[in-house]
Amino acid sequence: MLLEIKNLHVEVEDKEILNGLTLSVEKGQVAAIMGPNGSGKSTLAYVLAGKDNYNVTEGDILLDGESILGMAPDERAAKGVFLAFQYPVEVPGVATMTFLRTALNAQRKLRGEPEYSTPDFLKLVRETSAKLGVSQEHLRRAVNVGFSGGEKKRNEILQMAILQPRLAVLDETDSGLDIDALKTVSEGVNRLRSPDRSMIVITHYQRLLDYIVPDVVHVLAKGRVVKSGGKELALELEAKGYAQFTDEAA
Amino acid sequence: MPAVQETVDRVRQIDVDQYKYGFVTDVESEKAPIGLSEDTVRYISDKKNEPAWMLEWRLEAFRRWLTMREPTWARVDYPKIDYQNAYYYSAPKKKKELASLDEVDPEILATYAKLGIPLREQELLAGVVRPEGERRVAVDAVFDSVSVATTFKEELKRAGVIFMPMSEAIREHPDLVKKYLGSVVPTTDNFFATLNSAVFSDGSFVYVPPGVRCPMELSTYFRINEANTGQFERTLIIADKGAYVSYLEGCTAPMRDENQLHAAVVELVAHDDAEIKYSTVQNWYPGDADGKGGIFNFVTKRGDCRGARSKISWTQVETGSAITWKYPSCILRGDHSRGEFYSIAISNGRQQVDSGTKMIHLGKNTTSRIISKGISAGKSNNTYRGLVTAHRKATNARNFTNCDSLLIGDQCGAHTVPYIEAKNSSAVFEHEASTSKISEDMLFYCRQRGMSAEEATALVVNGFVKDVLQQLPMEFAVEAQKLISISLEGSVG
Repeated sequence: MLLEIKNLHVEVEDKEILNGLTLSVEKGQVAAIMGPNGSGKSTLAYVLAGKDNYNVTEGDILLDGESILGMAPDERAAKGVFLAFQYPVEVPGVATMTFLRTALNAQRKLRGEPEYSTPDFLKLVRETSAKLGVSQEHLRRAVNVGFSGGEKKRNEILQMAILQPRLAVLDETDSGLDIDALKTVSEGVNRLRSPDRSMIVITHYQRLLDYIVPDVVHVLAKGRVVKSGGKELALELEAKGYAQFTDEAA
Repeated sequence: MPAVQETVDRVRQIDVDQYKYGFVTDVESEKAPIGLSEDTVRYISDKKNEPAWMLEWRLEAFRRWLTMREPTWARVDYPKIDYQNAYYYSAPKKKKELASLDEVDPEILATYAKLGIPLREQELLAGVVRPEGERRVAVDAVFDSVSVATTFKEELKRAGVIFMPMSEAIREHPDLVKKYLGSVVPTTDNFFATLNSAVFSDGSFVYVPPGVRCPMELSTYFRINEANTGQFERTLIIADKGAYVSYLEGCTAPMRDENQLHAAVVELVAHDDAEIKYSTVQNWYPGDADGKGGIFNFVTKRGDCRGARSKISWTQVETGSAITWKYPSCILRGDHSRGEFYSIAISNGRQQVDSGTKMIHLGKNTTSRIISKGISAGKSNNTYRGLVTAHRKATNARNFTNCDSLLIGDQCGAHTVPYIEAKNSSAVFEHEASTSKISEDMLFYCRQRGMSAEEATALVVNGFVKDVLQQLPMEFAVEAQKLISISLEGSVG
């Protein structure tokens, strides 16, 4: 088991958003988390990444059996936790290439691995970006500044491909994408599926799961997992809506 | 930016007391008696073996100074300076005239080594790749108030370039000094410049003859060493018709309890078709966590684009000093002349910066460009104060100003005070300004990717100042990047 979330209670500004969430993700598994607005999906993503002001009041999160609750966001990143943001942040004046290199070498340093030399890094980025259809011009532009919705999401996937996480959390990666962009981004994600990498795909709509087909689907409502099943559960939700679960959870 | 990692490593090495350059070199020194009077002025002039006309010039400035009042319009706050409780001259005791670097006091050379200042030119060039052959740097090292060593003098001499301590120039080239000294910043200019005119100790003198492109970058390192001694540098650079010179200046100072007063004057004169590029990296002691003991830096820097098609460019990276009061300016007198000002001003802790520029358009078709990047952290205050003005005869004056402020944390302040005056209706002045903050979201995004808070801040700040860093000669760009990270240490987390 790569990730074990046990009875997790999380408060944001004194309001409890997650109450007793329990969830396990196996090594190499792609788990979809679906749920209505306000069910705590994004909170779960931020808590896994260690964002400030998301206070865990009870429960634990174990990565490979080790609790990550006491770890800073950069330590978690170095342990292999990656979050593809729903709203990627702009970093003016910092070229995407520079950002990638700084991030990768920072992680490697934390893990006690040697840093990438300039030629090796350039080779890695060129190969990876070519596979994802990301242009050299894109790499020279400042991180996310003036990027379209599709470009921002693709930039997240590029970062994931460079950083090679063990656990990737994709927070509403489909939001704001047209169908072509959705396909491109999904292809990028699928290429990164591996027996050594687990993924949590958070989405409101079933649509994304046509392209990124999950191994399991968990339904989140009112801060906890209310139902789990195979990929067919997503279709059922699409047909019946979330109302049944919000009622059950109430 | 590739040096980001290096800058971060450097930050980590800094000890608790933050300012690593706070040490004192044990060299015997010779001081003027405490306080300021005509006798002090005479003492300094005498120590320098100055001709009578120079002493007269100083005394006139001193008498003028007595009638002036310290300016109070800047957004800086400091305890009243007791001008009678400071030393105005201090020089390392010399055994004899120095013929080469080998004769320089090993203590002094060791100090430069500790600072990482490469006095010997080959060290300066170590690891720097040059596109065409090697570009050389001449260093006129100022230790406290006296220039102790000058290198590359011979080669410059062959090109006809005069590069020497001001005190020597007064003796050896009195005609040039008489003609140009005070012609850009007159002795009556302002309180601090007038004080400097009376008691200046030394500085650099550069003259580049017509049509000569100075064969190397000229560089002077300043360093305050003697406790309670003000430094009053006087620099004069003249580029004659069609000449070109690039001058680099950098300073560090040791940690001290008493406030150290600094009032330098720099004058630049560019004749027809001449160009002067003046770059500064300043990292003087900014004071302790409570703002105690830092340098007071009141500087008057002005360039005169005296000839047609002349160009003067100021680039500065300001990270140190408790108080910074500094407005490197350009007088665009010649038709088609151009002035540029590129600035990075960083304040942290309790530092107060009031800095900017003046672009004074007098000639026709003159252009100017101002790029100012202010970064405030800690409990500091950072003010950009700029003046762009077009005289009524300055037809087709053009200015572009871009003034950006970056705030780190929520206890600092950024202020922008632009003055724009156009007395000629054909003038076109553009002004862009922005204020931004390193947001929690931006930090979290970077940290999620594996960077520490310091690494993330260094990355964002280097992105913010990139436009200006690119203006610096390469030797300084790397040094400046290190300084930026060092001076922002402890501003996050």
